[in-house]
Amino acid sequence: MIQTDIIIIGAGPVGLFTVFEAGLLKLRCHLIDSLPQPGGQCSEIYPKKPIYDIPAQPFILAGDLTEQLMEQIKPFSPGFTLGERAEFIEKDDEDQFIVTTNRGTKHRAPIIAIAAGLGCFEPRKPPVEGLLDFEDKGVEYIIKDPEFYRGKKVVISGGGDSALDWTVFLADVASEVTLVHRRSSFRGHPDSVQKVMDLAEAGKITLLTNAEVVGVSGDNLLCSVEVKHKSDGLSHIEVDHWVPLFGLSPKLGPLGEWNLKISKNAIEVDTFDYSTNIPGVYAVGDINTYPGKLKLILCGFHEATLMVQSAYKRIYPNKNLVLKYTTVTGPPGM
Amino acid sequence: MIKVVVIDRYDKRHELDAPTDMNMNMMELCRSYELPVEGTCGGMAMCASCHMYVLSSHEIGERSEDEEDMLDEAFFVEDNSRLGCQIKLEDSLDGIEIKLAPVG
Repeated sequence: MIQTDIIIIGAGPVGLFTVFEAGLLKLRCHLIDSLPQPGGQCSEIYPKKPIYDIPAQPFILAGDLTEQLMEQIKPFSPGFTLGERAEFIEKDDEDQFIVTTNRGTKHRAPIIAIAAGLGCFEPRKPPVEGLLDFEDKGVEYIIKDPEFYRGKKVVISGGGDSALDWTVFLADVASEVTLVHRRSSFRGHPDSVQKVMDLAEAGKITLLTNAEVVGVSGDNLLCSVEVKHKSDGLSHIEVDHWVPLFGLSPKLGPLGEWNLKISKNAIEVDTFDYSTNIPGVYAVGDINTYPGKLKLILCGFHEATLMVQSAYKRIYPNKNLVLKYTTVTGPPGM
Repeated sequence: MIKVVVIDRYDKRHELDAPTDMNMNMMELCRSYELPVEGTCGGMAMCASCHMYVLSSHEIGERSEDEEDMLDEAFFVEDNSRLGCQIKLEDSLDGIEIKLAPVG
């Protein structure tokens, strides 16, 4: 069990800055994020895009912003549970929250700060009829263990790096690999594209471009997929596995079932301290909503700053908090 | 101000008034009318959550390489598929008709 003062759900810019502001009050933090790296959207969607509205930064790349925040919070040595989704929340008899992830990691703290942005990133699922019936029965959105596909017939969909890389890798593992892509050019790394082209030429894989998987069928287990070709209609491919790799998109996910007051996919908060309807649970950044809300990193930083003051008073109801400037206290640290 | 017709995923028609002097795009227009368009990345052509079809024959610039790349993450992409965030609202688009693409 990981014990801390504040469990922060979401390691995007606002979650990271919460660590800093909490650290100034000597509160320890532990972050949970479904992505394998910190930074949230900034690192997952647009690391190379410049941001122009961070105060005193005429422009900063989203990826650099993440790095700088990581540097800024280093003195407070936050803990991280990455690549796991916060799944369940419960309270124990000492008024502490226990947050359990989808992999069973347990975290305990008197305070939860939800800084989950647009939710947790999950694989995009193609809107193909009956798809859900075959999940884990032949349809997988993530390749965890390539050995799982040894000797199997596999269809991969997508045009990005993960589709290309797995096609190349599985060419030597699976008995048959077919890559289906909607157009004839790929957005992946040119090297990977060339490798796929070479494998197709050598007959080691089947490359179907200008095509799309539009149907799945089978009897309990997946047996075949239906492919729509831009030029000449439909065809069927016998398969053991179909792996659609269409990137990730954020979903509110389990947070929606935590009895929080939700309005239009966001958590309602009191702007006094960004508290939710559950005492001890706060929400900051893009995930919250209130009259006049603006989804800006800048506003999330402000929300986090006020929020930790309230969290402190909740943890130490008898202590008075005096605002100290960092110019006075010197380099931050625990 | 121009008229834009948006057909939602239940085939319902929405006739929208769209300003052309606010540097807005089709994704933002849909969101401002609370139509179900996500626009996760905020309009950078870095996700595919504002995929839509252009039904009318209005002239819109060619898809950029970025847009083409991101459409790879969309589903049921057709010749008339576009990312809404890449369609700027201009006077020449008066009467344009679009349909929201299915979501995964």
